[in-house]
Amino acid sequence: MNREKPLVLGIESSCDETGVGIVRGDELLANTVSSSMEEHVRFGGVIPEIASRAHLDAMIPTLRQALDEAGVTLDEVDALAVTSGPGLAGALMVGVCAAKALALATGKPLFAINHLVAHIGVGLLDGGELPQNLGALLVSGGHTEILRVKSITDDVELLGSTIDDAAGEAYDKVARILGLGYPGGPAIDRLSREGNPKAIRFPRGLSQPKYMGSAEAPGPHRYDWSFSGLKTAVARCVEQYEAAGEAVPVADIAASFQEAVVDVITAKAMLACTEHGITNLLLGGGVAANSRLRALTEERCAAHGISLRVPPINLCTDNGAMVAALGAQVVMAGAGPSGLTFAPDSSMPVTSVHL
Amino acid sequence: MLILSIDTSAIASAALLTGEGQTLTAFATEDTRTHAEVLAPGIRALLDESGIRPDQLDALVVGVGPGPFTGLRSGIATARTLAFAWHKPLHGVMSLDAVAADAAPAARAAGHTEFLVATDARRREVYWARYGTDGSGWPVLLDGPHVGPAAELPPLPAYGRGAGIYQDQLDAVAGFGQLQPTAEALGRTAAARLSHGVPLLDTTPLYLRESDAKVPGPRKRAL
Ligand SMILES: [Zn+2]
Repeated sequence: MNREKPLVLGIESSCDETGVGIVRGDELLANTVSSSMEEHVRFGGVIPEIASRAHLDAMIPTLRQALDEAGVTLDEVDALAVTSGPGLAGALMVGVCAAKALALATGKPLFAINHLVAHIGVGLLDGGELPQNLGALLVSGGHTEILRVKSITDDVELLGSTIDDAAGEAYDKVARILGLGYPGGPAIDRLSREGNPKAIRFPRGLSQPKYMGSAEAPGPHRYDWSFSGLKTAVARCVEQYEAAGEAVPVADIAASFQEAVVDVITAKAMLACTEHGITNLLLGGGVAANSRLRALTEERCAAHGISLRVPPINLCTDNGAMVAALGAQVVMAGAGPSGLTFAPDSSMPVTSVHL
Repeated sequence: MLILSIDTSAIASAALLTGEGQTLTAFATEDTRTHAEVLAPGIRALLDESGIRPDQLDALVVGVGPGPFTGLRSGIATARTLAFAWHKPLHGVMSLDAVAADAAPAARAAGHTEFLVATDARRREVYWARYGTDGSGWPVLLDGPHVGPAAELPPLPAYGRGAGIYQDQLDAVAGFGQLQPTAEALGRTAAARLSHGVPLLDTTPLYLRESDAKVPGPRKRAL
């Protein structure tokens, strides 16, 4: 196997995007994504079975297109990589079966890759080597995490995460309450520009002292988030206006909700960074496209002397290139392949970068 | 002719067969929930054991269900990807046909001109179809596949795991209550049809059930 600058094909199917990416070392050759997002619009959220059906239909066309775009053949590929978790079980299964079949058909080594760590690995495709003292803030419709990255291939630690809804999920639910459609993130972000983010003070989940503790004696959720209470608070707020027969100030509510989400995400991320010696932060996940999250993360990173890196948005959302990018790193680090017998793991911990 | 056959509509199984439907080598699991783990290694072992190289294969066939969704997709995703990577034609076969192929000799011997095939659809339902045994050839699909409660099936002798589970509600034929669709029987069916020029299916999965997702109703307004 070429471990210098390996040609790696990566497959992603953990949520609603079917992605196939091809990299050579840290050079991006192709990043083809087919999304079933449109099919979830009428449900106001990702329906796992619909996503799984779409993955099955999209897999071969996406694979073919990625190979065409990269101008390479399966024979030339050095290694295969696939997201084996975390994610939706039925969705992961489609990508894992396709990847195993490719490995079986071609005899190429297959690496089972952690989706969350791949969100960090994608940073290598944009700006090369990752800095020391690295942290990663991942915010999407499926996850919200703050991670410490000592080694992208074998030492990643989860510092904090949401204990209920992902931030992107909270956006979708609140957008539904406000009648703004799906996906909620872009709609709320857009409307927020017309509203007053200080109009309503929505709760910042898990911020009370009993959860936070202190740096020396951390509470049980010092770096964790909770967004389900926030969603309830927005619903209450809308009901109060309706009960009073007043017009609902949708833009103010959207802006105030967004401020609450972004404030608590960045505040806790900064706390985790400063208390763990993290001086470089990578922002990833689909919600990295949110203008307020980017602005406040930039502002607070600057205030704390933390350098911030945000990959281009098509690399932040779920895709196969991130899986290939991390796969290439794992190959270059000399790790052995995962074989054909591993199972997808919907709750794969970040401590397993690969299987 | 050489055929690689795959079915994951209930258990996971694969087989290498000749164009005459002779099995060269085959494997089948008991388990209905570990398809993604066992299927690819199982197929690799078949190729290794038989010494058959992929470029010697003429076609792949895969069971397109009905069957529990996630398991069913494992086989179809695997078959589609193998066919793509090997540049081989891929055909679909309705998975209950495999049970019918295994049940037909017994049904014919018992003088049943019509019989049912039923497999476990979970949620207290079966996937089922009605077959005829006219003449000496292969069982002929008369009706189905369908999904529904066992109690609503026509009163005919029933073969397969679905009949075994609901033997109090079906005329389950003794000795066939554990019978599942296998890639071997599926491959025999496919080989017979291919050699007679009977067209096979494409690989669109036969889910028979919607995704269960509900479109949310309008939010209740506080009055
Ligand atoms: Zn993701």
